[in-house]
Amino acid sequence: MDHQPLASFSPKEIMAIDTIDRTAKQIVLTVQDYSLFAHRAVMNLFRPPRYWVDFLLQCDIIGVGSTAIVLLSGFFTGGVLALQSASTLSEFGASNLTGRFVSLTMIRELGPVLTGVMVSGRNASSMASELGSMIVTEQIDAMRALGVDPMRKLVTPRIFACVSMLLFLTILADFFGILGGAFVTVFMNHQDGLQYFSTAWEALRYPDIVQGLVKPLFSGFIIASVGCFYGLRTTGGTEGVGRSTIQAVVSSSVLIIVADFLLTQILLSLLSRL
Amino acid sequence: MSAPEPAPGASSLPGQAAVEPTPVVAFQNVSISFDGPPVLQDVSFTVGPTETRILLGPAGVGKSVLLKLTNGLLQPDQGSIRLFGEEISRMSEEALFPLRVRTGIVFQEGALFDSLTVRDNIAYQLIQQQVPDDVIDARVHEALHFVELDQTFSLFPGSLSGGMKRRVAIARALIRQPELVLYDSPTGGLDPITSTTIIELVMKQRDFYHTPSILVTHRLQDAFTLCTHRFDSELGHMVPLPKGHADPNTTFLMLEEGRLIFDGSLHDIVHTDNKFVREFLL
Repeated sequence: MDHQPLASFSPKEIMAIDTIDRTAKQIVLTVQDYSLFAHRAVMNLFRPPRYWVDFLLQCDIIGVGSTAIVLLSGFFTGGVLALQSASTLSEFGASNLTGRFVSLTMIRELGPVLTGVMVSGRNASSMASELGSMIVTEQIDAMRALGVDPMRKLVTPRIFACVSMLLFLTILADFFGILGGAFVTVFMNHQDGLQYFSTAWEALRYPDIVQGLVKPLFSGFIIASVGCFYGLRTTGGTEGVGRSTIQAVVSSSVLIIVADFLLTQILLSLLSRL
Repeated sequence: MSAPEPAPGASSLPGQAAVEPTPVVAFQNVSISFDGPPVLQDVSFTVGPTETRILLGPAGVGKSVLLKLTNGLLQPDQGSIRLFGEEISRMSEEALFPLRVRTGIVFQEGALFDSLTVRDNIAYQLIQQQVPDDVIDARVHEALHFVELDQTFSLFPGSLSGGMKRRVAIARALIRQPELVLYDSPTGGLDPITSTTIIELVMKQRDFYHTPSILVTHRLQDAFTLCTHRFDSELGHMVPLPKGHADPNTTFLMLEEGRLIFDGSLHDIVHTDNKFVREFLL
């Protein structure tokens, strides 16, 4: 392949190539840094000291603190699913399958993804802004100077608290989603509630539940690791804290959806063999 | 430029060469940069076992960076840094922790943990080491008494004034009786009365515990007060040294655009020919 000499490019083209080159290197560097960061955070779990009090505190902040938004979003998503599906299903004379549709959609997909996105909006942002503020006020340096590793004290407890709590929050979201669907089916569509729950229950298979419970483990890891990663990379004072917060929420939300797609592909092929 | 004053305790028997005590801190040709021109270039100096080095220089010249290099919070691009005799310039973060806990550092704005009370801030290291609560309380009260802030024990940093935060930061740095104290502009942005209180605390630590230290400042009056006064533990406050005398263990370093341009005593700095130093002193 012949290479075009650089001199044959116009200054604007050279500038554009330079920008692309720098951006690509920046992305590769960020991915590399994130991988090393995530690896260190996970490895810390297997070596003392372990900060169990901080783990429990984070479980409270992430788990208990996010319960209300997860319940509400789950309930109304289930309700909307029932509303939307009932009209379509009735065209095929299958409006009695609303329960099946809602439970499968909530447990396989919407429960894990919605919970992940909601918790990301609340917690990835709070982690990035909290750690970012600690960076700009030199509290992280103070912690290191006092002989405490911020990765062990701040990052590892947040990651494992988020992974554990997201699992339970997803189960709650699934449950309240199905309840929301039942509410719409019974009180708005005037259908039989018993039929709704029996079709919802009968349609479920173990692979569906496994799929729905594996995804939040990955989402939880993404939320906390990305939130802490951007928080600890904060530069540029209070403006930098705002920038880190935005980057953390955007990146973690997008990564949750991308990971959901990849996991669905993998789990579908793995579970179909069982 | 002159060599640092010999520390007390160095051998001076007739016919024998003086044995230099091992410096607590030794910088040798240290350089560092952050995506741009060098912040520090070829910096070399030492801190003796009972020495107080006052690091002078205008804002943005690399004083805080030098302080962070001293206890390994930053690593240099080139050169060697020895802390308590150990080479730290390429040391891993984990290996640095035991050395860091032997030093105390007071950050520019205090860097107190917002979510913790004054008691928990000061006792941070002791809490991590799971020291019993009654021992922690006694030591925190002692540290707060040292900085004359006994009444702030259970307050949060948010309810303290700027000067009080610095004093709590000093108490946090000193609670474990460090072997080296690093002060990063402890009087920056404070009124003259509060600044004097802080400098008196620095002096108290120097004259009472004889702890070596590096004090970063751009306030000449603080630097000269430290040189020309001593802490009288009987009177409980600082008193001036006789006219023409200066503390022999308190010496000066000065940075200009990342280079160390002066290393010497009070006498040397006031009689220097260096144009930049003279302008700074004016």
